[in-house]
Amino acid sequence: MKLLRIIPDGTKFRFVRFRKVSFPFSALCSLIAAALFLTVGLNFGIDFTGGTLIELQAKSGKADVAALRQTLAGFVKGEVEAQEFGNGEGVSLRYGPQPGSEQAQSEAVRKAHEALDQTYEFRRVETVGPRVSGELVQNGTIGVLLAIVAVLVYLWFRFELQFAIGAIIGTMHDIVLTMGFFLITRTEFNMTSIAAILTIIGYSLNETVVVFDRTRELLRRYRRMPIAELLDLSVNSTLARTSMTATTAALSLLALVIFGGQAIEDFAKVMLCGVLVSTYSAIFISSPSLIYLGVHGKTDAELAAEEKGKVSAATKTTARASA
Amino acid sequence: MLRYSRAKIIGVLLTVVLGLLFVMPNFLSPGTREALKNGFGFLPSGLLPHQGIVLGLDLQGGSHVLLQVDATAIAKTQINQLRDDVRRILHDQKVGFPGGITVTPRGVEVRVPDASERARVTGPLSDLGQPVGNTGFGGPRTLDLTQGNDGLIRLTITDAGVTDKVRRAVDQSIEVIRRRVDALGATEPNIQRQGNDRILVEVPGLQDPQKLKDLLGQTAHLEFRLVADQGAAPGDVEQLPSQETGGTLPVEKRVIVDGADLVDAQPGFDPRTNEPIVNFRFNVRGGQRFGQATAENVGRLLAIVLDNKVISAPRINGPIPGGQGQISGRFTVEAANNLAVLLRAGALPAPLTIVEERTVGPGLGADSIAAGKLATYVASAFVALFMFAVYGMFGFFANFALLIHVMFIFALMSAFGATLTLPGIAGIVLTIGTAVDSNVLIYERIREEVHNGRALVSALEAGFTRAFATIIDSNATMLIAAFILFLMGSGPVKGFALTMVFGVLTTVITAVTMTRMMIGLWYRMRRPQTLPF
Repeated sequence: MKLLRIIPDGTKFRFVRFRKVSFPFSALCSLIAAALFLTVGLNFGIDFTGGTLIELQAKSGKADVAALRQTLAGFVKGEVEAQEFGNGEGVSLRYGPQPGSEQAQSEAVRKAHEALDQTYEFRRVETVGPRVSGELVQNGTIGVLLAIVAVLVYLWFRFELQFAIGAIIGTMHDIVLTMGFFLITRTEFNMTSIAAILTIIGYSLNETVVVFDRTRELLRRYRRMPIAELLDLSVNSTLARTSMTATTAALSLLALVIFGGQAIEDFAKVMLCGVLVSTYSAIFISSPSLIYLGVHGKTDAELAAEEKGKVSAATKTTARASA
Repeated sequence: MLRYSRAKIIGVLLTVVLGLLFVMPNFLSPGTREALKNGFGFLPSGLLPHQGIVLGLDLQGGSHVLLQVDATAIAKTQINQLRDDVRRILHDQKVGFPGGITVTPRGVEVRVPDASERARVTGPLSDLGQPVGNTGFGGPRTLDLTQGNDGLIRLTITDAGVTDKVRRAVDQSIEVIRRRVDALGATEPNIQRQGNDRILVEVPGLQDPQKLKDLLGQTAHLEFRLVADQGAAPGDVEQLPSQETGGTLPVEKRVIVDGADLVDAQPGFDPRTNEPIVNFRFNVRGGQRFGQATAENVGRLLAIVLDNKVISAPRINGPIPGGQGQISGRFTVEAANNLAVLLRAGALPAPLTIVEERTVGPGLGADSIAAGKLATYVASAFVALFMFAVYGMFGFFANFALLIHVMFIFALMSAFGATLTLPGIAGIVLTIGTAVDSNVLIYERIREEVHNGRALVSALEAGFTRAFATIIDSNATMLIAAFILFLMGSGPVKGFALTMVFGVLTTVITAVTMTRMMIGLWYRMRRPQTLPF
């Protein structure tokens, strides 16, 4: 049986040279993401803005969005955002916190029930008060920062500081570009999005660490190889694995996007974007960044010093043993 | 390395059997599960695995309501009580305080000009404060006493005092809420404290979330008072809104009996008018007071006050002994039912506000489960086919390990009674994609070693050994991210993090140990000379 092979054996792509293209390209993408973040802003869900989300399904026929808007305008203050899904029988309505106390939120939902119970099934109702939403934003931000710091520390212990910094640069890059995905597609940013971001952090580091692991190994084996060549070798020798894993992860996420249902679709799309960006950044961003972070094969002087150190350590042990 | 000791093989097989045992209850009927729990009558109960995975509210449908105790309301009651206590002490000690008692945002102030009188009351006044918690002496107290110029005594409720009071209010509220929710007939509601001043109420499979909110939103503080006569002193009377007339009624501030003395309340019908009413019964103390008050005030109006609103104000036609009575108030049948439930469950110590509510209808939950299942099957099929296409026989080993891996995730979740949420399903689907990563790492390494000219056996060995460090490092980063998500997330997101953590942990066992055994077995049976991929 002829087996499938997505990456031929023994590739010798000179990936590191691409940094002249990939670095400016990524910088530009990041800048665009940052500019969009500052001008347009994220499409925050009620988890972060407070407010109410009502998901309805028409009991017969299609949902009449215009009529729904009008009905809600009767008792809801502020703008009502409506979005259809499915084959037009489903619609989600979203509006901001109602002025007044917490009871005002419940009151609006009660009125929606009274007005729409006959014709629509209430599939989901979520109300988040302003107090809670503030805390959710805070927790989410703290979580992401904490994850980055924790992983930085882990990598520092397991590798060297330069590697840890290189990996974090790649991860930050992936987060920024994923935010760019949120910004361009206007995907709602909510608590699940924070979960997606944290998972992307994990996945992105996973990709980077496998390449770095090889770099570390090759650094020990080929002490005098120029760093650019050595990095190319690391990426090439892990390329088959990187592409395999990216494919399996992407395949399973694709299944989620297509079949996972409307509630999980956004999450799966974001993750899919994250997997693609992480794979790109592991090869074209994190790895080449090591050149600038001062990872290098040992110089002759260092090698000599190391040899000497070993010898002197050995003599010391002998001396102690004889003493 | 390809040769495994018998003990190790048995160990792995035992783990798999254990996994199967823990997964099994998910496929059994509730009755069989109950039998398992009881050990079929002869084994100690609880010995056999009997727990299934709990479905999150987003999958089975239900309401998640986060309530917050109104700390300002608590502080206000606390300060009012403090003012009354201070007045009582000053009166008892016959101390003059010409300026009266001033209420400040955090306590009260009183000016006692005479120095010796002041010295006499500072002791009893500061004794009003109590130590917080069980720390005994020297710990923080609920009350701070400071003295200012011109004989000013300032009593301030400390932060610790407020926190303590709020904490207690939450504890009491949880009990009350439990009784109220139980009255709804909900199965396995989850009611727990969250932080210092919040209560999380999760009720699965509720048809009418509005009723839950109605039950939670009311303090249900019931009082029996008298409607004030014309000549009553204005300081002893307050105007309360009346539900009967829509206007207000002057009601005496003095409370005859309150809801705390009720022992039972049942909905019923008035035999004469057939109107829905609530029948109640007092305890002995409440019955005596009620009997006495009604005997002394025949002909007057009795105001039945619920949460500072007059429900009804019937005329007292004669003494009501025996501690029984009825409340009428133009109720609907449902309103009478609700009121009875609320009165039986008791009043909340402070008002609760709903700060977060998430309700998923049963229809959406069922759809989510169906979609999640489908996505899981399709993802598994995609990944399995791909792995087989790339690695042939070895791909089959990886797929078998993947199957065991998914089984282990469900086994762990069942054993810990963990909750499966919709994002959790997404997590499982994602780990299906990433679980084979360990296999890929190993296989690609083996392949490299073969290309570098190693003999197959030593290449297999080197592949496993060398890939292992990478597997640990790459999974550790994933684990850290998932763990942090678990710590900070709530509800569905926590469920996602948990499946990720379980997924990473089991992948190391299944991908490394189990594939290794399968490959070892394969090698000994076939004695191949070349790698099959």
